[in-house]
Order: sequence, then C-alpha cells, then structure tokens
Amino acid sequence: MTRQAYEAVVLGASAGGVEALLYLFGALDSGGCRLPLIAVQHLPEKAQSQLAEILAARLKRPVREAEDKAPVQPCVLYVAAPGYHLSIENDRSFSLSSEAPVNFSRPSIDLLFESAAHAYGPKLIGALLTGANEDGSAGLEQIAQYGGLTLVQEPAEAAVACMPLAALQRFSPDHVLRLRDMAELILRLEEVHAE
Amino acid sequence: MPERTAEIELRLLLEAIFLKYDYDFREYSLASLRRRVQQALRQLECASISELQARVLHDPAGFMQLLQYLTIPVSEMFRDPEYFRGLRQHVIPLLRTYPSLKIWVAGCSTGEEAYSMAILLREEGLLERSMIYATDINPLSLERARKGIYPLTQISGFTRNYQAAGGASTFSDYYTAAYDGALFDKSLRDHLTFADHSLATDSVFAETQLISCRNVLIYFNKQLQNRALGLFHESLCHRGFLGLGSKESLNFSSYGKQFETLLRDEKVFRKL
Repeated sequence: MTRQAYEAVVLGASAGGVEALLYLFGALDSGGCRLPLIAVQHLPEKAQSQLAEILAARLKRPVREAEDKAPVQPCVLYVAAPGYHLSIENDRSFSLSSEAPVNFSRPSIDLLFESAAHAYGPKLIGALLTGANEDGSAGLEQIAQYGGLTLVQEPAEAAVACMPLAALQRFSPDHVLRLRDMAELILRLEEVHAE
Repeated sequence: MPERTAEIELRLLLEAIFLKYDYDFREYSLASLRRRVQQALRQLECASISELQARVLHDPAGFMQLLQYLTIPVSEMFRDPEYFRGLRQHVIPLLRTYPSLKIWVAGCSTGEEAYSMAILLREEGLLERSMIYATDINPLSLERARKGIYPLTQISGFTRNYQAAGGASTFSDYYTAAYDGALFDKSLRDHLTFADHSLATDSVFAETQLISCRNVLIYFNKQLQNRALGLFHESLCHRGFLGLGSKESLNFSSYGKQFETLLRDEKVFRKL
C-alpha cells in the first residue's frame, strides 16, 4: 500500500472553536494518536494566553504554547501564542513573527498552514473547523497544492459555518466531515501507516 | 515542482543581495521571509523572484524598496508595558551603581523603543549620564528614528502603554504636537545615537550595561540567533542585562548557560 506517512496535523478554528478542538483532541487522545497537533484558535489576546492551560486541564497529552525555535515533537499539542504569528520552518521547528495581523488575525491560520505546507508537503494533514471569518481557507488550499490531506468540518455541525464554507467555496478539500468522523479518519490513517 | 523552483530563486535572491549590497538575509527564518518576498513581488509587480532579483541587482533604488519588505517596521512606544515596568523596578536600581551608562537597543527600527528607553532613564534621573545606541540595518527606518516624529494617531496608544509601564510623569510632556505629528523632545535625542549596524555581519562596537533586543531574534534562524547573542554576550559588561521579546527565550540557543533569568515573564536576563 502506498499510503502516505503523515507526520503532523495543523488545525485552525475561530468562533466556537475551543469546544470543537476539545472534542476532537479528546477523541484523538482516546484513540492513541501520536502525531503532533498544531492549532491556531482565534481568541482575544487575554483569553489566548490561557488557551494552553484550558486545553491541558482537559486532555491527556502534553499541551504547550509553541516557542520560537522549538522542534516539533510527536504526541504534543501545540497552540499559538497570543499576539504572534506561528510558522513552521523547513527543519520542523517553530518560528514566531510579530508582523501585522493577516485576515485581522494574529496568529493567522493562513500563515501556519502555508508554512506547514512548505515544511511537510504531502506528509501533512490540515483541518479547518468552525469560525466566523475566512482565515485559513487560502492556507488549506495551499496544503492541498503541496499534496497534503485537507479536512473541513461539516458546516451543518459547525457552531459557526462561515470558515468551513469559505474553504468549500475556494476549492474542493479531500473530506468534509463531522468532528467524530474526522477523529476516526486521522486515527485510521495513522494506524494504516503503523502497520 | 514549482515550489522547489521558488525556493531556489529565493536562495539566489538572498545571495545576490549579499554579494551586491552586503545585506545578509541568508540566515533569516525562511517561513516569514518567503511570505514577505511574495508581498514584495505583488507590490513591485514582478512575475517571479528571478525577475525581482534582476531588478534589484541593476537598480539600487529597487533594492531599497525591497528592503522595506525584508525588514519589519512594526513598533510602538512602551510596547509590552510590563517589560518597561520590570526594567524600572528591577534593573534601574542596579544600573544606578554605574558612573556612566551605555545602552544598546538592537534592531531599533523607527526608534520607538529607543525613545521609550530615554524617557524611562530621564524619569529615573539616569539619562544625563547615559548614551543609548540604537541600531538597525534599514536606512529609511533610521532616518525616521532620527527625526523623532510619530503620527498623532499613534499617540493615544503610546500614552496608554506609558501609563501601564509605570510612567512617572505626563506623557505629553515629552513631545510637541504639530500638524499631524508628535515631535519628541530634543533633550531626549541628545542621548540617542542612531547608527547602521547589522547583527548578521558587524561586530561589537562598545561595552554596554543593558541591551534591549525585542522581537528581532525571532526573524533569525538558530545560527544567526547564536551569532547575535554572541555579540550581546561580548558587548555586555560583567553582570550586564539583556532584554528580549515577550515570547523569546535563550532555551534553544547556545547561550542558555551564559545568562541567568532575572525576570521570567518580562524576559530580562543577566550575564553570568
């Protein structure tokens, strides 16, 4: 079988995202997912600084705010720091940037996705979840162009459908899924590789 | 693979810039640089990085335009007020013990942080015996910094930061509003030296007691970060202070063991 060995999952979410991420990560943890998970969740800066803590309290896997130059490690959930863009370099380490907001957002999902597409090429899974703006759709399309797997949350299930719909308008992602099925798919793909 | 071609073009562009103009971006973090070059392509109406390279090589004015994209002129006065509050409470008392002070603001961009530092020193009664060296690689940014004029639209944000940073006076005492700009006090300017200096290619120019270099190292790769930190380590006097950006650290550098953490959250370190 010539299935691709995926090496990381990048995720973007905005309005309604914390609950969605908690559900998805909870399911991935229960299934024993070992892939690094790297998430941008739009929040006001003050709340953003507490995101890692909030997620850590409810998840099994270690949760960290991604630090500049830190290498991406398996089994860890990384969240973007408030007020900085988060990128992944080709050597699979993080880099931060305090450039102007993109899509009114800093961190911007597009920037994470575009840099991750470059770093991981076809070994990347990108997932865009609930949200009230259009950040992330251009980045998700770039993941597709670099051969990565693209997942979009089923708009009917999303707390706010705007962000998933923006991606669907832009291009045809590989799968449009409910979160439960999204977790199952990621776990299955990882398992297929492990065999 | 078109992306592979673009990566080759990007490396060649950086090499060309270095050979022709001595600006060394070859060890910058690529993710962010790649994006800024893409922005420049659109704004300068070049179809490819190769086309941009040709333009830059043959036209110094074109290079100066590109330089504005390669450097990041995002700054404000008393940005991250807690950093300046930390300096005021924990570093200034120790700086007082020196008969004269040299302070280096590395990567000063358009000068906001350098003026903030001068105001802080003035309020603590240290400015008269201080010289602040503020350095950057972008001549246009340095020119703006030397003028010390900032848009009035930014002043309310600066004022909020100043107050949150524990400002001991009234912020409007430090500038004169004229037309749509705020001109900062000439007596602050007397203790500021703005100079061209590259952390990538230049060496140490003075012994300093405090170096502030915030949100500059995040744009460098590990090798260049280490080079810059090496310069700082060499420039700082025994037990000198180093201030970094709110999300920067020494954890992934070769200098983690040569500094101790003085203020963990405010990112102030001290040379061992």
